[in-house]
Amino acid sequence: MTFWIIQTLNGVSFGMLLFLLAAGLSLIFGLMKVLNLTHGSFYLLGGYVGLAVLHLSGSFVLAVLAGSFAIAAVGIIIERFFLRRLHLQELPQALLTFGFLFIFSDLATVIWGTNPQTIPKPAMLEGALQVGGFFYPYYRLFIIALGLIIAGALWWLQDGTRLGAMLRASVDDEEVARALGINVSLLFTLVFGFGAFLAALGGVMGGPIVGVYPGADFDVMLLGFVVVIIGGLGSLKGALIGGLAVGLLDNFGKVFFPELALFTIFAPMAVILALRPAGLFGRE
Amino acid sequence: MTALTVSDVSRSFGGLQAVANVSFAVEAGERRLMIGPNGAGKTTLFNMLSGALAVSSGSVTLFGRDITRVPTYARARMGLARTFQITNLFPRLSVLENILLALVPMQDGAHSLLRPLRANHALLHRADALLNEWGLAAIASKAAKEIAYGQQRQLDLILAMAARPKVLLLDEPTAGLSAAEVVRVVAMIRSLSREITILMIEHDMDVAFEIADRITVLHQGNVIAEGGVEAIRNHRQVREIYLGVDE
Amino acid sequence: MSGRHSKHLGFPPGRGTLVLTGAVALLALPYVLSTYHLGLVVQMMIFALFAMSLDLLIGYGGMPSLGHAAFFGISAYTTGLLALRLGLNVWLALPAGVILAALIAMLFGVLALRTRGSYFLMITLALSQVAWGIAFGWRSLTGGDDGLPDVPRPTLGLHFPWSLADSISFYYFTLLLVAIATFLLVGIVASPFGYALRGIRESETRMLALGYNVWRYKFAAFVLAAIFAGLAGCLYAYYNRFVSPDYLHVARSAEVLLMVILGGAGTLIGPAVGAVLIVLLENVVSAYTERWLLLLGIIYVLVSLFAPNGLIGLLRDRLPWQDTP
Repeated sequence: MTFWIIQTLNGVSFGMLLFLLAAGLSLIFGLMKVLNLTHGSFYLLGGYVGLAVLHLSGSFVLAVLAGSFAIAAVGIIIERFFLRRLHLQELPQALLTFGFLFIFSDLATVIWGTNPQTIPKPAMLEGALQVGGFFYPYYRLFIIALGLIIAGALWWLQDGTRLGAMLRASVDDEEVARALGINVSLLFTLVFGFGAFLAALGGVMGGPIVGVYPGADFDVMLLGFVVVIIGGLGSLKGALIGGLAVGLLDNFGKVFFPELALFTIFAPMAVILALRPAGLFGRE
Repeated sequence: MTALTVSDVSRSFGGLQAVANVSFAVEAGERRLMIGPNGAGKTTLFNMLSGALAVSSGSVTLFGRDITRVPTYARARMGLARTFQITNLFPRLSVLENILLALVPMQDGAHSLLRPLRANHALLHRADALLNEWGLAAIASKAAKEIAYGQQRQLDLILAMAARPKVLLLDEPTAGLSAAEVVRVVAMIRSLSREITILMIEHDMDVAFEIADRITVLHQGNVIAEGGVEAIRNHRQVREIYLGVDE
Repeated sequence: MSGRHSKHLGFPPGRGTLVLTGAVALLALPYVLSTYHLGLVVQMMIFALFAMSLDLLIGYGGMPSLGHAAFFGISAYTTGLLALRLGLNVWLALPAGVILAALIAMLFGVLALRTRGSYFLMITLALSQVAWGIAFGWRSLTGGDDGLPDVPRPTLGLHFPWSLADSISFYYFTLLLVAIATFLLVGIVASPFGYALRGIRESETRMLALGYNVWRYKFAAFVLAAIFAGLAGCLYAYYNRFVSPDYLHVARSAEVLLMVILGGAGTLIGPAVGAVLIVLLENVVSAYTERWLLLLGIIYVLVSLFAPNGLIGLLRDRLPWQDTP
């Protein structure tokens, strides 16, 4: 019984990281119709930058903030100077964002080497919660809590603020939104930067659990796409539910079928594609 | 013989009902015009007839066969063709290639994987005939996106007619054309054989009255009048709706 | 009356003359090139085939796929395993590889083809990465990360005295198969089916209105493209004598996509040229630096920004024989 609780919580905490990644992906696609293949890089670079800042400063909080904002800046630069020129051209966009994925992937191995690393947990969150005979790491609980808080914040942002309204208008009809005076170009840049921010946040926060290693960008990005496929593009709810689902599937898959872990992900994804190609909460 | 029947067809989008309980029948060989102000539901109805949109309720039959759930391409195979309000061609293909694509479904075995399309003399012959008939032979090898708008509208019409349909749905074929081009298109439509049944949406009332055998008037998703040209011309409610509307 | 293009004699050379010259050159190459360079040409031919297969899907069908390497890799593993573990000769191992690629393509096609554009792109990527993950994880079957070493060169079986093991024989073997495949692709692209694909690329709604069962065409194109990609994969497995999960990785899919776009989608020859260039570049660059991925990434960025229509797009207006794409 304890086994099941622990594994479920493991799946949920990992799922929260996936939520952070997928939320950004979904947001970017929903608004800009861009399939951001660089998203995995944002995750990876967030982790590496966070690690570097941690070594320099010793502060976990600083590492999180530096990692997230630095990568957000990178995202903004990419959108503003590169992606913007390829508006609505799907294939060139895919090629561009993939190109950056490669560039960052290689640069990361040059700068930080090829050895897998982990980010040490902050002292405050080391140790485990003890309930009766049951132990569970604080850090993972923290991630779950943080994920829920961020989900709540995003919800509020989307449904309760003017910014959210502008976002929804632009998603519905870009031309009309522009005509209404909404600065859609600025919105694009901000959203892309924000998506990068979320991914990088996931990268730093995930550092103690998942580690920071070459190839993490591809691994996590794939799971991010599976989340979006299952949950539905453009849906925050989908990113959360999908994230939890994939987190659990991934975790239990690795526990029960270590050699074929990806099969456990493939089957539900295939079912969704067969029955509801737009995903559980996707539009159209 | 009835070519097309629409029985109690409705279509809703969420809370909005675009088409409400529309019924009418078009006889074989008839020229039926569908008119009505913007938003009357004409294009929605058209899309349900062609298969591009599903009906919310009701049924459509084509020469007696229920086609309500039949997919678009199958309806086309049964002889139902349509044009598009917004020009819908194959932009980067040449005018000739556009027409050839329209002709291939006519010919059994033309779907082959091996014989080159451009060596198919039967199809090339028919395509050339169409090009000459419409005076487009000179631009046969130009890409469809590069020809003049009026010629694009003509090509749109040719594509619908190339495979000799039994029922032709024309969606505002004269939209955006110059006066001379309108005359030409109207003449072409009027010259079509009575083996083809025509259902046409039109905004230009003069064109509508010139072509129609019967007219169905739509307003806010409902049929409010139906009859011959004179009857509709003098119909009180129709005149009320159109009073002040510029053509 | 429109018909075929007439052949030009003299300068500039007509298409027929170029093809003939090219054929003669390819046949003569083993006598002028070193083993190493000959191997390079084999790689170029294999990737040219791979790229042309993707062009059928992307350039002609308008279906952007980031998962094409899945079929390349699945057939490579199948052929490699059958040749290595069961000692099957090429008559069995190669078709088996291609057939399995086709079957998986049918599965992926059913799952992916109800979507279009970026959705389709994402789904093909996810499906192929899952295939990669399975190849990577299933160590007992595929060797996992270590790969499948010592795949034997193709054997013709007991009744045929010739060996395909040496580099010259293997070169001609590859040349023959790639030539046949290219011939078939050219035929497909010129056929009514090929034109229907172009029509689907240009306007699906119009094609439906004209009576084409668009889904079926897309499905057929997807599977056909996979078959040719599978053939390329089998050849690559035999050439390398080694199969690894890299065959299936999205990086491989992106690389072949680059070849298509760099050369010019929708032309068949463009992607072939793109493949030749990338293979050449990779071999030259890798001799000097380990930063091939970085360079490749930069090339992706540059091509996407400055040459989305590829090299053929740039040359298109300067050559006498033109076809609408």
